[in-house]
Amino acid sequence: MASASVLLNAVPVVQPLPDDGVFSLLWLVIALPAFGAAVLLLGGRRTDKWGHYLGTLTVAASFVLSLVLFFALLGRDGEDRQVGQHLWTWFSAGEYTVNLDLLYDQLSALFLLLITGVGGLIHLYSIGYMAHDERRRRFFGYLNLFVAAMLVLVLAGDYVGVFLGWEGVGLASYLLIGFWQHKPTAAAAAKKAFVINRVGDIGLSLGTALIFVTFGSTSFAVVSELSEGAGDITLTVIGLLLLLAACGKSAQFPLQTWLLDAMEGPTPVSALIHAATMVTAGVYLIVRSNFIFSLTEDARTAVIVVGCITLLMGAIIGCAKDDIKKALAGSTMSQIGYMILAAGLGPAGYALAIFHLLTHGFFKANMFLGAGSVMHGMNDDVNMRHYGALRKIMPVTFVTFGLGYLSILGVPPFSGFWSKDKIIEAAFADNFVAGACALVGAGITAFYMTRVMLLTFFGEKRWEPDVHPHESPRVMTIPLIGLAILSAFGGLLIVQGWITGWLEPVVGEHGAHEELPFGISAFVMTLVILLVVTIGVVVAVKLVGERPVPREAPSKVSVLTRAARADLYGDALNDELVVKPGWAGIRGLTVFDRSVVDGAAEGTATAFAAVSARFRLLQNGFVRSYALAILAGASLVLLTLLARNF
Amino acid sequence: METEPFIVLSAILFTIGCVGVLTRRNAIVVFMCVELMLNASNLALVTFSRTNGNLEGQIAAFFVMVVAAAEVVVGLAIIMTIFRTRRSASVDDASLLKY
Repeated sequence: MASASVLLNAVPVVQPLPDDGVFSLLWLVIALPAFGAAVLLLGGRRTDKWGHYLGTLTVAASFVLSLVLFFALLGRDGEDRQVGQHLWTWFSAGEYTVNLDLLYDQLSALFLLLITGVGGLIHLYSIGYMAHDERRRRFFGYLNLFVAAMLVLVLAGDYVGVFLGWEGVGLASYLLIGFWQHKPTAAAAAKKAFVINRVGDIGLSLGTALIFVTFGSTSFAVVSELSEGAGDITLTVIGLLLLLAACGKSAQFPLQTWLLDAMEGPTPVSALIHAATMVTAGVYLIVRSNFIFSLTEDARTAVIVVGCITLLMGAIIGCAKDDIKKALAGSTMSQIGYMILAAGLGPAGYALAIFHLLTHGFFKANMFLGAGSVMHGMNDDVNMRHYGALRKIMPVTFVTFGLGYLSILGVPPFSGFWSKDKIIEAAFADNFVAGACALVGAGITAFYMTRVMLLTFFGEKRWEPDVHPHESPRVMTIPLIGLAILSAFGGLLIVQGWITGWLEPVVGEHGAHEELPFGISAFVMTLVILLVVTIGVVVAVKLVGERPVPREAPSKVSVLTRAARADLYGDALNDELVVKPGWAGIRGLTVFDRSVVDGAAEGTATAFAAVSARFRLLQNGFVRSYALAILAGASLVLLTLLARNF
Repeated sequence: METEPFIVLSAILFTIGCVGVLTRRNAIVVFMCVELMLNASNLALVTFSRTNGNLEGQIAAFFVMVVAAAEVVVGLAIIMTIFRTRRSASVDDASLLKY
């Protein structure tokens, strides 16, 4: 083990190989959806008829290309699985050059498959979901723009390139949350998401600036090579800034409040951007920057704390929401909290974070699309209290949603079991408190997901009188089936530790396995987790399933429920801690500006005017008085001369 | 040569001119008083020129005369114009250009 510890300290260095053979087509993965976006957004109404097909096809083509590239990468040896592609020099100032380089390695390969694969299915689903929307072409244009930006984010070989993609997905997210711009709530939600994301973006831009100052370059290759030589404090500060960026984009505490409002966007958007891909960009950023986080224990502790807080907060919020999409959004926050927690564990957790990110991408996109399918049948009503007994009427939606449900619960052998179980184990091995948070979170997850399931598909019919639920068209159920299969079998990725081995060259050695608390084995740990999950399910069945569900949300509820309905006062907290002091500061500055700054300028002018008003009276127009003044002056000069000379 | 009487005369003439400028209202009289002051200084210049035995003072006196002649032309023209428009030669009446 002594020799292994030497390896442990060494962070993996990014050394991309030239893009020979099929890898020279790497740029095309981004270019295809970007082309689609350009045609759809610039082409205008001419593209209305076939725009959605083009949008779907470009992403599908991108997916095929990603598959080809993935298998080409799979055919190489472990050390050779890094390919760099130099597109062009973006800008250059003095000794600082930013190249638009792409980096295709094991990590980006998985992301490419997730983004284009899930993205393609969601595009397909949207053809049906948005069929009656007259702005459908624009919707597909924005979706393509998003996919292109997200691909830039995960393929960039430079922090500045990551920033480009980061802002691109932020823009696409803003446009799509506010897609139904005639609704004031949607417009406000888009604005909120945009503003809160800016706070995180400050972290990324300052982090990038600090990286440049420290290492003289922002490319992953250079930074990963030099990061061990940097000072501890510098690395910690960089890590914390990158964590701030991740908090903004991934809706982590304390920047989490925008995600629940973001559910104002169309459901496919919630599935693609606010569940499967964009909100996981923060996790990607931390895992990609492993050469920084692995070297700074303090920053990783902060990451773990943020992850634990958010996974509990999201789960608690999810318990109290009657809006099906908001319940799922709380769940997304919570699951990303798991990923962030795993990423904070260092080399032991990076691969698990990515693994959970993938399985979560499958099952959460699946459930969001399922929710969309339910809403489609219920006249776009999102209130679960108006659902009930839908399992017979929407069998495909029910079965696919159910697979996602089993997966997120962590029921073996579905995908969520493999990823979440591993994260809880790793968290326990690292720190008992973090592990306990993750374990409790799993129980709450079981509760709120069972509640969603029971309210939607079981129990009595509580439909609005004019609602006639029906199963969705095939163009919507096929993506559901595809994603359900992925949620069910996504766990296969970890068979024989494939995914951890695959990612090891990127994120570093896994290291020695630490002991679980009380010396229990991993098998017992799994049993404990399953027990907690079962308790969550049973509680939900007792509290929700076996009681009549009122169609109106009861107002006499416990303090905790009221807090959870108010998003655990996240907005109120921001209001009290940031917005109000900000306003007070601005008011103070306004008063200062008016009284002190303006006062100084205007006061000087007033004083001069007052003095000159007195002197002005000397100009009285009488020639003789001027003459007297001249005489007086001349006499004075004469007397002075006399006094000085004699 | 005794210079003192000349200087005293010059001082007296200058003082008369000065007082005249300050006290009289009639523009013509004020003008004449200005001429008196100029000639008083001319007298002083010539006296000192004689005392020192060179011509510089006399040259300066000639300059003053030339300038005074030019000034008379312009000044009388102004006084005449004011008189035509305002029917008055009083310097106190021409007091419009003020604060």
